[in-house]
Formats: sequence, C-alpha cells, structure tokens
Amino acid sequence: MGIDLPLLWAIIILFGVFMYVVLDGFDLGIGILFPFFPDKTDRDVMMNTVAPVWDGNETWLVLGGAGLLAAFPLAYSVILDAFMLPLIFMLLGLVFRGVAFEFRFKASERRRHWWDKGFIAGSICAAFFQGVTLGGFIDGVHVVERTYSGGALEWLKPFSVFTGIGLVIAYALLGCTWLIFKTDGKLQENMIRVARPLLLTVLAVIGLISLWTPLSHPEIADRWFAVPNLFYFMPVPVLVLLATWATWRQLGQQPHAGPFLLTLCLVFLGYSGLGISVWPYIIPPDITIWDAAAPPQSQGFALVGALLIIPLILMYTAWSYYVFRGKVRPGDGYH
Amino acid sequence: MDIDALLLARIQFAFTISFHIIFPAITIGLASYLAVLEGLWLKTRNPLYRDLYHFWIKIFSVNFGMGVVSGLVMAYQFGTNWSFFSDFAGSITGPLLAYEVLTAFFLEAGFLGVMLFGWNRVGPGLHFFSTIMVALGTLISSTWILASNSWMQTPAGYEIVDGRVIPVDWLAVIFNPSFPYRLTHMVLAAFLATALFVGASAAWHFLKGNKSAAVKKMFSMAMGMLLLVAPIQALVGDQHGLNTLEHQPAKLAAIEGHWENKPGEGVPLVVFGWPDMEEERNRFALEIPHLGSLILTHSWEGQFKSLKEFPPEDRPFVPIVFWSFRVMVGLGLLMIALAVWANWARWRGRLYESSRLHKAALVMGPAGLIAILAGWFTTETGRQPWVVYNVMRTADAVSPHGAIELGVTLALFVVVYFFVFGAGIVYMLKLIAKGPQPYEPKPEPSDAGSPGEPVATARRPISAAMHDRSTHFGDQ
Ligand code: HDD
Ligand code: HEM
Ligand code: HEM
Repeated sequence: MGIDLPLLWAIIILFGVFMYVVLDGFDLGIGILFPFFPDKTDRDVMMNTVAPVWDGNETWLVLGGAGLLAAFPLAYSVILDAFMLPLIFMLLGLVFRGVAFEFRFKASERRRHWWDKGFIAGSICAAFFQGVTLGGFIDGVHVVERTYSGGALEWLKPFSVFTGIGLVIAYALLGCTWLIFKTDGKLQENMIRVARPLLLTVLAVIGLISLWTPLSHPEIADRWFAVPNLFYFMPVPVLVLLATWATWRQLGQQPHAGPFLLTLCLVFLGYSGLGISVWPYIIPPDITIWDAAAPPQSQGFALVGALLIIPLILMYTAWSYYVFRGKVRPGDGYH
Repeated sequence: MDIDALLLARIQFAFTISFHIIFPAITIGLASYLAVLEGLWLKTRNPLYRDLYHFWIKIFSVNFGMGVVSGLVMAYQFGTNWSFFSDFAGSITGPLLAYEVLTAFFLEAGFLGVMLFGWNRVGPGLHFFSTIMVALGTLISSTWILASNSWMQTPAGYEIVDGRVIPVDWLAVIFNPSFPYRLTHMVLAAFLATALFVGASAAWHFLKGNKSAAVKKMFSMAMGMLLLVAPIQALVGDQHGLNTLEHQPAKLAAIEGHWENKPGEGVPLVVFGWPDMEEERNRFALEIPHLGSLILTHSWEGQFKSLKEFPPEDRPFVPIVFWSFRVMVGLGLLMIALAVWANWARWRGRLYESSRLHKAALVMGPAGLIAILAGWFTTETGRQPWVVYNVMRTADAVSPHGAIELGVTLALFVVVYFFVFGAGIVYMLKLIAKGPQPYEPKPEPSDAGSPGEPVATARRPISAAMHDRSTHFGDQ
C-alpha cells in the first residue's frame, strides 16, 4: 500500500477550507465593514470589488462539505450533526449575504437599505457562526458508537463565542486590506485608517487563543511544548509577530497589495497553528483521519478527480480575477 | 428518535429542496437559452439577439443568486438532517457530490463573473465561451446530482460491508438503471419550464400592447421550443414509467392507484379517484378498462404488481404519489396542447395577434415549475418508506435531533425563504415587466445594467425598434 489516501484527502480538505477562509473571508469582511461606511457610492464600490468573484469564493465551502462527505463520511455526519444549529445559522446568514449582491442593485432607492442591512447581518452572522463552529470543533465532540452523543447546544461555550468574535474581526481585517488593494482615493484612505486597530485586535485574538487552547487542553499543551516539537513549532508565533510588524509598516507607506498579502500570511499562520493543535484528529479528541476514512474505492475515485481538476479550477479562477484586475472606482458599475 | 422529529426532518428537507429546484430549473434553461442568443448574435449580428441577451441575463443573474444560496443549504442538509444516511451511504453520494462541485459548480462560478460583468472586458469570443461554460456547468451539475438521486432510487454497483455501503463498480453506480431516464426527463423539464416562462413573459407584454420585435422574437422562440420538447417529454416520461415498473414496482402501483389484480382481467387506467389507504381501494374512481395494461404492458390483459402484493409497511403514501403524478401528466398534456395551438397560429399568421393564445401562454407560465415539483413529489414520495430503495429505510436515516431544534430551524427556513426568495421573485418579475431595451454600450467598462443604476439611454427611439418588422427572422 503506497498511497496514504486519508492523508491526501485531509490535505485537500484543509487546502479547500483555507481557500474558503481566505477568499470568502474578504467577501464577508466587506459586509462586516459596511456599517462604518454608510455612503452609497462607497458601498457600491465595496460591493463591486467582489461582485464578479464571490460565487467562486463561496464554492470552496461547498467543496469542503462535499469533500468531507466523500472522504470522511463519518466526520461529515458527526460534525454536521453536532453543529447543526450554528451551521444552519451560518447558512441562513450566507443566504442573505449572497442575494444582497444582486438584490441591492435591483431594489428601489427606498428599499435598498433593507438589503444593505441584510448584507451586514448576513455577513456578520455567517462569520460569527463559522468561528463558533471552529471553536466548538477544537474543543472536541462527543462520539459514542459512530454517533454524536452531546446535546443540541453543546457548542455554546465561552471559548467558541470568543473564536466566533475573533473570526469576525479577522475577516474584517481581510476585507479591509482587500479594499486597500482594490480601491483608491478617499475610500482607500479611510480603509488604511481602520486597518491598524483591526490588525492589533487580530494579534490580540491570536494571542488569547494560543493561551486558551493549551490551558484548557493538556494534550494540546503537550503537543506544543514537548521538547523537540517546541523547536519545530517555534517559527509559527515568531512569524506571526513578523507578519504583523510588516503589515503595520506597509500601512504607513502608500500601500497597495502589500497589506492584503501579509494578512493572508497571518491568516495562514493562525490556520497552521490550529492545524498543529488538532492534527491528526478529524473529530477531536479521539477520531483520527484514518478512523473516519471512507473505503479506498471512494477516496481513490474522488481523488483522481480532485487532483486533475483542482489545478484547472485554480487556473480559470485566476483568469477571472485577472479579467477584473485593477482598482474599482465609483461609476465602474459592474452592475 | 420520535416520529414527530422524523416528520419534521422530512418536511424540512422537502421544503428546502422544493425551493431549491425551482431556481436550478430556470438556471439550466436560461443558461442554454442565453448561449443560443449570444451565438445567434455573433453569427447574424442582428441586434435583436443582443438585446434579448442583455434582457434575460439580468433575470438570470437574480435567479442564479437564489439557486446558489438555496443549493448551499442543500449540501449541508444531508449531514444536519440525515446523518445516519450520510455515514451509511456517504461513500457513494459523497464522491458524486464532490465531482459535481469540482466539475460543475466551480465551472459555473468561475465563468459567471465574466458572463455577467465582462461584456466589455473580454473579447466577444471569450465572452461567448464563458456563457457556454456556464451553460455546460448547469448540465454537468444536473448529471451528477441526478446520478446520486437515481442511485438512491435504483441502487447498483455496491455491496454492504459492516453495515456501510462500499462502491464496487463506479460505472454501475453512476449509470444505474433509472439514471438515463431521470437525467433526460429532468433536463427536458428544465427546458420546458424555461420555455413556458419566457413565453409567458412575452405574452404579458403582448397583452399590455408592447409588440416590439424583441418580444415577438422571444415568443416565437419559446413556442418553437415548446413544440419541439413537450411531445418528446411525454415519450420520455412514458419510458421512464416502464423503467419504474421494472425497478420500483410499489411506486408504480401507487402511481396507478392499482390495488389488486383480478385473475385473467386487464388492469384499468384510473383517471381520477381518491386512494384510500385504510380500505385499500380507490374511492370515487373513474376508470378506463384495460388502458393500464395497454400502457404499461402493451397488451390487452397484461398484469403488473399491485399494492396489495406489498406489506402495508412497504407501501408509500398513495394519495400524494397518485395525485402529484396526475398533476404532472395533466400539465404535460396541456403544454403539448399549447404548443400545437401556438404553432398552428403561427402557420395561420396569427401568432402575435391572437390574444386568447397570449392569455393561455401567460396562464401556463408557471406550469413547468409546478410540473417539476409534482414530478419530484411523485418520485420521492413514491420511494418511501425507503431512502435508498430496498436498502435503507428513511426512519433509520434521520439524525437524532429533538423535535424542538427541528421545529425551530424549520420555522426559520420558512420565514427566511419566503421573505428572501419572495423578494427575489418580485425583482425578477419587475425586470421582466421592463421588457427588452435596445442595448447601448456605456462609456465605462460595465455591463448588465440594473434598474437601480443609471442605464444607458437609448439613442434609438423605442418605437423604431417596435416597428422594426425585419423579414430575416423567418417567424411567419
Ligand atoms: C437538476 C438539477 C439540480 C438538482 C436536482 C439539484 N441541483 Fe443544486 N444546483 C443546480 C442543479 C441542481 C444548478 C443548476 O447547478 C445550480 C442552480 C443555480 C446554480 O448556481 O447552480 C445549483 C446550485 C447548487 C449549489 C450551489 C453551487 C455554487 O456554489 O455555485 C449547491 C451546493 C447545490 N446546488 C447542491 C444541491 C444538492 C445537495 C441537491 C440535492 C439534494 C441539489 N443541489 C439538487
Ligand atoms: C406528459 C407526460 C409525462 C409522463 C408520462 C411523465 C412520467 C413520469 C414518471 C413515470 C415519473 C416518475 C419516475 C420515477 O420516479 O420512477 C416522472 C417524474 C418526473 N417528471 Fe414526469 N412525466 C410527464 C411529463 C412531465 C413534465 C411536463 C414535466 C415538467 C416540466 C415533468 C417533470 C418530472 C420530474 C421533475 C420528475 C422527477 C424526476 C424524475 O424522476 O425524473 N414530467 N415523470
Ligand atoms: C430537486 C428536486 C427534488 C425535489 C423537489 C425533492 C423532493 C423531495 C420530497 C418531497 C421528499 C420527501 C418525501 C417524503 O418524505 O414523502 C424528499 C426526500 C428526500 N430526498 Fe428529494 N427531492 C429532490 C431531489 C433530491 C436529490 C437530487 C436528492 C439526492 C441526491 C434527494 C434526496 C432526498 C433525501 C435524502 C430525502 C429524505 C429522505 C426521505 O424523506 O425520503 N432529493 N425529496
């Protein structure tokens, strides 16, 4: 047996979820920033920076779900069962967020504010409940005989609420730096002003989560602080500080794409940190990716498609971003 | 797991999927229609096609947005509501859904941006290519999801090891016995629903007195499409029924309201009636002797399995199956009638004149969507009490949630869906009411102008377009 199929699939799903966090992260971030930019022209521009690409961004979430069902049906059924309520709230948030892109431009002047509010509430709600699910997931899920055995509200804990708020702020930073990249003039200046406080808050959130998880989970503490590991993992926090510092500097000097790219690094580091804490469990604290794997016939069949098609997807997605490259300005009515 | 929770989970699934399918049906049809319009525009350079393209793409974009968000919900419902089913059969439905995401959803999403907003950003060839990719994506999507659903109806190519499904032959899984029928039937249904929708939009404008060349063109195209597809759909449906007779006899018996075989006698066709599950017979039945045998066995006295040959706990809920099937077939026959009438009127040169025809076309606007829902209700309710036919019972598939969570989330879905999709449908109807406008490129790189925005002002008076009775459309 040469190929470790569950391992490959875990990597694909981690990659898909990461793409989702990064790409839909800045979409959702724009919705989270909306309340601070009440001007209609600003809002039009903000929306138009993502209108042509948001659907593709969201599709990574579908890939995450479908990939999980295909490769780890047990994990899909247990995790979705355990987090039914936050996931449904997230989905309903995404409903409002998704339709707002079209409806906002089709609504009459008088009704438009409804869809602005729907966009804001939907984005915040989706981001928050994603974070809650993440926090609850790290905290662990009770499983007895392949079935979720906890209650309907087990995900509702201080830690998961905190990760929920943390993710909202992280997405806001992503959205903010994306807009610094895609806009200019007054709107860009305003975004630069918001970016620094956001950046510091994100750093604080990352710091708090890094303390909270090992403190409440001895096995996670062991993983990080046992001797050889400590040295391997040391670069993660160091790089986090470095990336924050570089972003801070960039923001001071007529920034363009820099802050966005650096924020991506930051998100990637945070994501790896969480990965290190959880690996190789797909349903923490006991079920590993190998325990939950679908039969090799299923994983192998889907793997062929994934390996052949994902590069293609990345290519035409990149092309579509390329078509809509450059700054978006008022009156650039894509709509 | 109590019965209430099971019922609520089923209602929740039926509610969310029924809303979802309405949008894909129109997406599938309109995407292909748009590809045809753009192709004709590039080929003939007749501005009518371009104007129609820009008119329908706005409606398409609103509809697509609703299809995406309602579909996103579906992808998670399998896990939230049917976790035992997902664990049991995820090794088959999962890879099929994964392929759908990889080959279809990304394709649609990747090219959608360019299709909607790229008219002035890429060359005409690339733009046309994007439209085609989106249309192709919708068809690929139908293929995978129907393979998955058909496998649940007529499972093949698998074995069960340790209480879980293991795929042994993927070709047999995908090309399971009912798949070709279901795929053809559903794609044609989407085309029909769209043709009726486009035709009704045109008819509405006719009745309002707007007989512009663009409106005529779309009416003509819609009625042509209807004539082509509606009869084929009836033939495909007939074959589909024969396939069901072979693989899901209990469902077919329910469709026919066929309770028992009398020795040596042909089976009648029950046109109407009320199937009574308690008394195991049809009340108030109107029957045509021997016609049931004739249709299903192609012989005068042929018999097929009746409901009483199945134990009561293996029978679906007959009234829904029986009636939803009749609604679908009835509407299908009305569609054929409309198609014949319209094209007869075309032949007589009255296609754009007969206001009775236009009224009929308007009334038939939602018929395609209603038939689709009716068809799915027949199929899915007829499969009961199984989720995977003869393999797993629905009652064993459901997640162990309490009735309270399911009730609350169902209520949320109902409120949100009616509010959001209700508003979306109003926007679509408003866009339709505006009618096709002559398209003028804006100075800015932009496209798909929307009513909320300043739209390019027509330099050409609209009346010119209305009297533009060009001859090269070959309508008459
Ligand atoms: C016959 C066609 C058909 C059927 C039976 C279904 N769908 Fe669907 N679905 C489509 C045809 C389609 C489509 C045409 O491809 C859509 C409609 C609008 C769109 O964006 O794509 C779509 C969208 C869509 C999306 C959003 C895709 C995106 O992000 O772009 C998801 C996740 C699903 N569907 C999932 C499902 C699931 C889990 C179904 C079954 C329970 C289902 N669909 C039934
Ligand atoms: C006019 C004659 C028609 C016949 C004889 C017919 C026959 C059938 C049969 C037998 C089924 C059930 C298949 C099964 O699950 O075993 C079915 C399902 C269905 N029908 Fe029809 N049908 C007709 C017209 C239509 C029309 C006009 C539409 C829509 C525009 C439609 C849409 C559907 C859909 C969406 C399904 C469910 C999916 C499927 O199983 O394919 N049908 N049809
Ligand atoms: C798109 C059109 C569809 C419609 C309108 C539809 C409709 C329905 C309805 C009405 C039920 C409830 C039946 C009952 O309980 O009596 C149901 C159940 C179900 N359907 Fe479908 N369905 C569609 C497509 C699909 C597809 C494509 C799949 C899977 C790939 C699917 C999987 C299921 C499952 C898992 C259930 C729940 C178990 C059950 O109650 O049978 N459906 N559907």
